[in-house]
Amino acid sequence: MRKVLIILIFGILTAGLLTIPVMLEFGSPKMSDMDNYFIVNGQEQTAANNICTAIVFDYRGFDTLGESTVLFTAVVGVGLMFRRLFRGEEHENE
Amino acid sequence: MRMSKLVRTGADLLFPFVLIFGLYIILHGHLTPGGGFQGGAVVATGAALVIIAWSYEEAGEKITKFAMKLQESLGLLLFIGTAAIAIGLGLAFFYNFLANSGLIFGLPVPFGPNPGELDTAGVIPIMNIAVGIEVWGGLTIILLYLLSGLKKEEVS
Repeated sequence: MRKVLIILIFGILTAGLLTIPVMLEFGSPKMSDMDNYFIVNGQEQTAANNICTAIVFDYRGFDTLGESTVLFTAVVGVGLMFRRLFRGEEHENE
Repeated sequence: MRMSKLVRTGADLLFPFVLIFGLYIILHGHLTPGGGFQGGAVVATGAALVIIAWSYEEAGEKITKFAMKLQESLGLLLFIGTAAIAIGLGLAFFYNFLANSGLIFGLPVPFGPNPGELDTAGVIPIMNIAVGIEVWGGLTIILLYLLSGLKKEEVS
């Protein structure tokens, strides 16, 4: 019963995954306007040769802020988790 | 429990090169592939090498939790602060106010393929450095926490 259920769920997920490339043509819908804007104006506006970095740190700065926040949250979580081990001990600078 | 002398010497020998490579990736983030996150991960790998080779008890005295914590917080503060300076100047959050301005990192760049100049791109290098410092501290402090937990488990 459990095996059948696992196979069923796996089949549904695989079918869902395969539906997208079958129904949508590769590269459509086209988003070439935004790409061309970055390629034409990116170097002039941000003065950076690396367009990827220009997008990540300038045009989409909030993305990078969220990424940094994720890392910070991960560190805070690990710190909180391991704080239980040090209960009742004196630890300088912690 | 530290590793053999061979491993420790190798780690000591390799650490400066890993550090330099990571800092190169961070500082040249606006010119070559890579950036703050990738370079910070490389530097944290070097720190991991040293911490694993020398045990946590010995390496933890040089690479302290306090320094890494401070580094991570300062990196994030520098990142948000650089983005917030633009608000003080009456511009949008995350606006690149240093690009093409002639100040630090303010040289203009010609259109098309060119070898690139380090002194360009405005706030992007500053944010690369900030994120690099933050990732360096963050990944190292996670490793330090995990290894210190291992030490406590062994003792008890």
